[in-house]
Amino acid sequence: MRVASVKNPSAVNIKDLFGNYLFILPAVLIFSLFYVYPFFEIFYLSLYEWNGISTTRHFIGLGNFFEIMQDKVWWMSVWHAAYITLIALTFQNALAFALALSCDRDIRMRRFYRFVFYLPPVLSEVVVGLIWRWILSASMQGGEPVGLLNYFLTKAHLYHLMRDWLSDPRTALTSIAIVHSWKGFGWGFIILLAGLQTIDRQLYEAARVDGASSLSILKNITIPMMVPVFIMVMILTILGSMQVFVLVLSMVGQGLVYHTEVPVTRILDSMIGTSRFGYACAQGIVFGGILVVGSFILHKFSKKVRQE
Amino acid sequence: MAVSNYKWIRVVQSVFSHVFLIFVALTCLFPLLWMLRSSLMTNETIFIDKALIPQTLHFNNFYLAWTQGKFGVYFLNSIIYTASAVFAIIVIASLAAYAFSRLQFPGKNFFFYLFLAAMMIPLPGSFVPLVVLMNKLHLANTRIGYILCMINVGLSLSIYILKTFFDKMPSALEDAARIDGCSKLGIWFHVALPLARPAIAVVVIFNTLNIWNEYILATLLLNHEHLMPLQRGLMVYQGAYSVDYPMLMAGLSITAAPVVLVYLFMQKHIIKGLSEGATAG
Repeated sequence: MRVASVKNPSAVNIKDLFGNYLFILPAVLIFSLFYVYPFFEIFYLSLYEWNGISTTRHFIGLGNFFEIMQDKVWWMSVWHAAYITLIALTFQNALAFALALSCDRDIRMRRFYRFVFYLPPVLSEVVVGLIWRWILSASMQGGEPVGLLNYFLTKAHLYHLMRDWLSDPRTALTSIAIVHSWKGFGWGFIILLAGLQTIDRQLYEAARVDGASSLSILKNITIPMMVPVFIMVMILTILGSMQVFVLVLSMVGQGLVYHTEVPVTRILDSMIGTSRFGYACAQGIVFGGILVVGSFILHKFSKKVRQE
Repeated sequence: MAVSNYKWIRVVQSVFSHVFLIFVALTCLFPLLWMLRSSLMTNETIFIDKALIPQTLHFNNFYLAWTQGKFGVYFLNSIIYTASAVFAIIVIASLAAYAFSRLQFPGKNFFFYLFLAAMMIPLPGSFVPLVVLMNKLHLANTRIGYILCMINVGLSLSIYILKTFFDKMPSALEDAARIDGCSKLGIWFHVALPLARPAIAVVVIFNTLNIWNEYILATLLLNHEHLMPLQRGLMVYQGAYSVDYPMLMAGLSITAAPVVLVYLFMQKHIIKGLSEGATAG
């Protein structure tokens, strides 16, 4: 057995070891410079009042964090993100699950549906935002509404429903949340369908032979088996929806009105708008902390549910 | 009697399912069709003719968007950024993933978990110190600076996907190559990479879509029009000519078309990648 003696882990020489490190060197270099360094720098910068250009920075300790505690616009933006997330968790995920259930059998055109539902998720938020910005537009041209939605409402003589969807404080945030859900449900659909297809068909057959109704099969077999997938979809929906902002920028722009501000647009505004880099960093940390704590609680909760 | 009843219920269920599925499918397709048909109209007809298929098709908008609207420049930039970053990601991530899966060295787990942590910990606002860093390094407003950032964005997930694949791959061929005197680098290139093609396909597709669609760093790092990729160019264009809808829609179609084509041809890999990620977790 000469082959076995060729490689002996304890006999790895220095040159060999050096060679092994070279494999990960490019990745580690790029990652350290563009991820690890900024990760620590954000904590350092958050302690300063700094305009991003000047060579002098004012150390203010935790001043930025105390200011955030009283920043009403900031907490309103957190609430807006939470609102968008709530709609994504309920409307978007319920739709995704209903579609996945409909597709989880030998149904015709399944591949077509799967293709179409995942189209919005592959498009960029800028493309999606600008298309919907136009559909929801309230401008008029030659006595006719430019936006398709208002145009349909005039044709249906529902004049009282017509409004400036993206500027009206009552509808702006909900419009964004619905477009966000439109862009996202296809992703949930694919993952939930994959989860449904891992359930053993024989379980369904056995239940049906025992005379169980579709509803009770759904309640007693499908949903309990899907809990781990539900939890994962929920956590990823929360992380994704809380951090939404490109859609907001492409649908309504930024800075004019406060009723569609979300945390990341606030961070951008601190950075570019008012040139307060330290404050922007502190906002990023606070928001990152909220997300980490939130997903940690959900994770713990899910473990408890799974054990029961 | 009971059997025919059961069949009847199945038929009704299936009809309801299809009605529901088709309705949702239409809401997915309609905005895209509306974009496409509007890109083929003129500024005069677009507000009068609301038919889904316009009477005369105006391909001139695409020419104007490409030249006057500078979408030709943006398009080329997007191609440059996406192609070079994806290529670099494949090389760098597969080297690292191979080492994490097959080679022995102290600190291996530490470095691997470092990459994993980057996928787990959300850090909104990390673009602030990143922009500061890029300015310091004089990499803001350079192609290479933006490409490096895009490589970094894609690294973690790509290393994870490739490492998982290498872990499951039998190492018999690699052992044979080693006994034949092939170097470690040679084994990576000649044996491991060709075998990992399915995983590389997934890495290529996800990074291509991700980088092509990236917006915020392109906005914060690239201020010259000749450097901007499509997503950034679209927002600049929309800010300047927001009422020229046919041209804007032509620009949107130019931006969306490659993504839809990639998706159309690589659908299998995309769905597979997503589903495996879901059922593994």
